[in-house]
Amino acid sequence: MDRKVRVSICSGTACFVMGASDLLLLEESLPQALRPLVEIDGSTCLGFCRDRAKGKAPFVLIDGVVMSEATLPRLIARIREIVDAES
Amino acid sequence: MLNLNNNAALIRREILVRIARLQLEGRLEEGVRAIPREMAPKGSEPFRCCIYHDRAILETRVIARLGHSVEEYDGERELSEYARDALARERPTEPMLTVLDEACNACVKTHYMVTNACQGCVARPCAMNCPRQCIEVTSHKANIDPSKCVNCGLCMQNCPYHAIVKIPVPCEEACPVGAIAKDENGKERIDYSKCILCGACMRECPFGAMMDKGQLVDVLRRIMDGRRVVALYAPAIAAQFRADVGQLEGALAKAGFSASYEVALGADKTSELEAREFEERMERGDILMTTSCCSAYVRAVKIHVPDLIPCVSDTRSPMHYAAELAKERDPDCVTVFVGPCLAKRKEGIDDPLVDYVISAEELGALFVAREIDVSECERVPQSGEPTASGRDYARSGGVSEAVRLRVARPESLKPFVINGLDRAGMRQLAEFGKAAATKKECGSNLVEVMACAGGCIAGPSVITNQKVALALLKVYVGNGAKRGE
Repeated sequence: MDRKVRVSICSGTACFVMGASDLLLLEESLPQALRPLVEIDGSTCLGFCRDRAKGKAPFVLIDGVVMSEATLPRLIARIREIVDAES
Repeated sequence: MLNLNNNAALIRREILVRIARLQLEGRLEEGVRAIPREMAPKGSEPFRCCIYHDRAILETRVIARLGHSVEEYDGERELSEYARDALARERPTEPMLTVLDEACNACVKTHYMVTNACQGCVARPCAMNCPRQCIEVTSHKANIDPSKCVNCGLCMQNCPYHAIVKIPVPCEEACPVGAIAKDENGKERIDYSKCILCGACMRECPFGAMMDKGQLVDVLRRIMDGRRVVALYAPAIAAQFRADVGQLEGALAKAGFSASYEVALGADKTSELEAREFEERMERGDILMTTSCCSAYVRAVKIHVPDLIPCVSDTRSPMHYAAELAKERDPDCVTVFVGPCLAKRKEGIDDPLVDYVISAEELGALFVAREIDVSECERVPQSGEPTASGRDYARSGGVSEAVRLRVARPESLKPFVINGLDRAGMRQLAEFGKAAATKKECGSNLVEVMACAGGCIAGPSVITNQKVALALLKVYVGNGAKRGE
């Protein structure tokens, strides 16, 4: 894979209250093989919490696609899917 | 240990947000009855047998979040009546915890079980090591006779196939002082004459059956009544949100607090007085002194280790001194301590200077309900300049270090930190109690005790995991004033 998966973790207050701090441990939780393929940033509020149609906090953007009710295992699984599909 | 942001915890937080939203809209009484239905709507996947059971439990959770005990609840009153009572209440009520019988799984008494992984081997180390000879192998599988088993666990430790498992009762397991036991119906009951209010049971119950009784309704009502409500926030709270200096103050102002004080200012006073007290006690020949800021610890000593009572410092807690400061500046204000702690709710009820105590969860819920994002708030000047060491109270080891910095001869202070009052921590306490009673030197003379392993940043009602909180705390501490050393 010749690009990186871009992950933006919302660390706005609504997401933090619903557990986003766990997601900030993504980097250290990623399997060794995936680590160099992912670019992670902790973002200020992405604003999705104000739009009920987007689902429930916490929110993460993966390559520009919103994931609601994000958890570490779901996040890692999604990253793996993307990497597997492109390599 | 159950992870902090588990599903049961998130449900409890969502209820808080919904209650606060309704209250802010001025329609808590009429709207509260819809919460269980909205959180377990028709067609959703139930956690229990059906959505109706889920709703029944959500109803009791709402009542607890409104600040009521639910042990006696039998569905006879409407949620709106509980909301009305909460809005009319003058003071929060004891006890600080409540057990939701509906939610309690009535877990089977702690026991050991042989699983299908048992190979019925020839060596039979399970039976050989059992001191009560309660294991027999029949049809190529070991069987434990529950009437003889004493739960020693030797069979499990010796099985080469890991075929024997322990089925614990998580709340009883988590309680360091044996304050929780089953009643005649198998439901858990808390014995408040033993409970130290550490909050471990409510953190560890996988069914979320232990809940602390909320006070956010009371605080929000005072704010909406136009009272001057002042937030006293613990250092651990500064480590719960990502924010620049002054933004938490900005968020608190936006949420309706008329002023906010860092409890770290109170911590500075505690450290100063505790350093003097330490010197006096050593002068008069005491063998050790312990800190007193952790109220779960102070309770633990009073109830379970009376030998250590004379060693507990007489200095008051940072919360008390912060409240004193707030009331000195504005005698008519309503003081609200914001912290990560359950035991502080009790300390608050007993301290005339502290009107309310809310949790990190409750403050977070208030921000969400008001659509306040802390990192987007304007920077408001802080109430004072607490030292870095005062802010570091939120971490195990921080308190004894703050005292060490302030004694005339720092090298004379030999600290020991009890990092977490689990059962091992209680045994350590008992050791120090014995040393105190017999006046025996024990290698340290200042014992810091934190009921939560890691310190207040790992309190029972935090929202931010400990690793991230510790990183945020470091930044907060780093911005604190240095003491002229």
